[in-house]
Amino acid sequence: MWEKNKRTICNLILVGLIIVLLICIDTFAPATSMWFSVLRKVCTFALAAVSMNLLNGFTGLFSLGQAGFMLLGAYTYAIFTIPVNMRSNVFRNYGDSVIRFQMPLVLALILAGIVAAFFAFLIGLPVLRLKSDYLAIATLGFAEIVRGLVQLQSFGPVTNGPDPINMFTAPKSIMVYAAISGISILIIVLMINSTYGRAFKAIRDDEIAAEAMGINLAHHKRLSFVISSFFCGIAGAMMAMCNTSVSSVSFTTSMTYQILLVVVIGGIGSISGSIIAAFIFYASSEWWLKFLDLETYTKAGSKVPLLGPGFRMVVFSVLIMIIVLFFRQGIMGTREISVYDGIMKIRSVFVKDKAKGGESHE
Amino acid sequence: MNITSYLIRGLATGGQFALVAIGYTMVYGILKLINFAHGELFMVSGILMIYIVADLPTLPIGLAICLMAALTVFIGFLIEKFAYSPLRSAPRMSVMISAIGVSYLLQNLVSYITGGLSKQFPDIPVIGESVRFLGIKDKLTVFLSPVIAIVLTVILVQIINHTKFGMAMRAVSKDFETSQLMGIKINRVISITFAIGAFLAATGSVLYFAKNTGINHLSGANPGLKAFIAAVVGGIGSIPGAVVGALIIGVAESLAKAFGLADFSDVISFGLLIIILVVKPTGIFGEKTTEKV
Repeated sequence: MWEKNKRTICNLILVGLIIVLLICIDTFAPATSMWFSVLRKVCTFALAAVSMNLLNGFTGLFSLGQAGFMLLGAYTYAIFTIPVNMRSNVFRNYGDSVIRFQMPLVLALILAGIVAAFFAFLIGLPVLRLKSDYLAIATLGFAEIVRGLVQLQSFGPVTNGPDPINMFTAPKSIMVYAAISGISILIIVLMINSTYGRAFKAIRDDEIAAEAMGINLAHHKRLSFVISSFFCGIAGAMMAMCNTSVSSVSFTTSMTYQILLVVVIGGIGSISGSIIAAFIFYASSEWWLKFLDLETYTKAGSKVPLLGPGFRMVVFSVLIMIIVLFFRQGIMGTREISVYDGIMKIRSVFVKDKAKGGESHE
Repeated sequence: MNITSYLIRGLATGGQFALVAIGYTMVYGILKLINFAHGELFMVSGILMIYIVADLPTLPIGLAICLMAALTVFIGFLIEKFAYSPLRSAPRMSVMISAIGVSYLLQNLVSYITGGLSKQFPDIPVIGESVRFLGIKDKLTVFLSPVIAIVLTVILVQIINHTKFGMAMRAVSKDFETSQLMGIKINRVISITFAIGAFLAATGSVLYFAKNTGINHLSGANPGLKAFIAAVVGGIGSIPGAVVGALIIGVAESLAKAFGLADFSDVISFGLLIIILVVKPTGIFGEKTTEKV
């Protein structure tokens, strides 16, 4: 028990340090710093990846509908937070918006989640009976249908048709993003450690055995799907805030693939892995590898070969392929980060006390 | 435009999708893998054609097409060797993720090479010409596509049903391990399956892009998904099923356009996909499998 408490305390200290670090960046970093755009994106996609992980990694339901649920969340959030006097301007091609009030940010976020969860419930009724690949295909199809439908002219007064929605509330401070993402992920973690979470893991490991132990498969699968989609919807709303504009063209299948790659890099079945991977993924693709996109010249004046627009993504996708092929467990495997275990491991190297430390599994 | 011309266009698109769908369905039949990179391979073969014609202007178009098909087959072979064969004993999900990784890589690679711009597909002399048939004037490729698709399918089905290699392929798709024990070189069978799939995708890309001229790095995604839906609708793993499914998808989308529902065409195909999956998950021609504990 004491061991467990020490682990929790150490991890809380880590979370505290991260929060302090974020506050420092938020206050002291120059406004043009890459930290802002990258961290906003990291918070958004960390939540998206964790919610996908809840479904794929913890319940064993391979779903590729993330883009669809994020789109629903993003549109809901955007539509309800446009200031009233801006509405007729945003929806100018369709007369005026049918919604004539503005919601506070938190309420709109929750509504974004609820709308995504509601659609997940509806689509889950028929689709969740399907197995592995077929479920993936059906959810992927659902995401594409949603994307097709919001573009329709006849929904113009609600969704602004194919035109982007903008002018809605979009906070700048990364603390807002970190708070939304952090609270959501905390709820997911609590969920995973509850009896529901254990039921999810049982379903993942063996459906038939789980059913024999008295777990209601249909109920738990639906629950996992709906909850995952709820947080996906919130991640979508955060993405809307990040981009300050919502358009259905950005919610493509390739975005779902990106989130899946983040989950895989972090380790399928590891929450902290997903968060770390989201940071590495977006920091390196948008920032650290940026230099590959610039045409660089050596001191002698000759051009460095290969460097040029688009090269960054080539290098990046090669790196991803290497991880997918050779480090199949990802960064964390199915483990969670634990500062205490890390310290014990380091200490065991120095103290040579192998009997006590060195065990890094939870 | 009357209904017949829409029908013919639908059959044409269907024929082009069918050639891609066979690639999906064959790979799924053998490896139980949804090869998400197949749509990208289709796009890459279109891009290759553009570069071959631009760089070797003296080459006759027929030879250029052959060269392009050969290169596409080679790329398909490489993808299998590097991205799928190391994962032969891994869980199915890992292989699928690897396929997604390959598709991401191919898109980014093409985007780097072309600079992200849309490229003009070269004029293909014979099939790009307009002809009049059944009172409808359209490019020859439109009339030819379903015919070529069906002819190639018939040849392929004959190969699979009546040659020694075809027998090996059927054996591998029935039971991986037993066929290995029977002395079938499964790696060779899988490589050839990928090569056939790539060849058909290359053929499909010539027919498809000869009427839709611009190609960029994202051009493969939509036809790829459609062909994939077609394979599922027809019953994934079944070659005639893939062709029938593709023709259904092609005609359904074309009819949607005929009735002024052009915006709905994607929604219709994906809706059809979900309905088929829910009502009859194994598709029209799919075999029923029972789950064993």
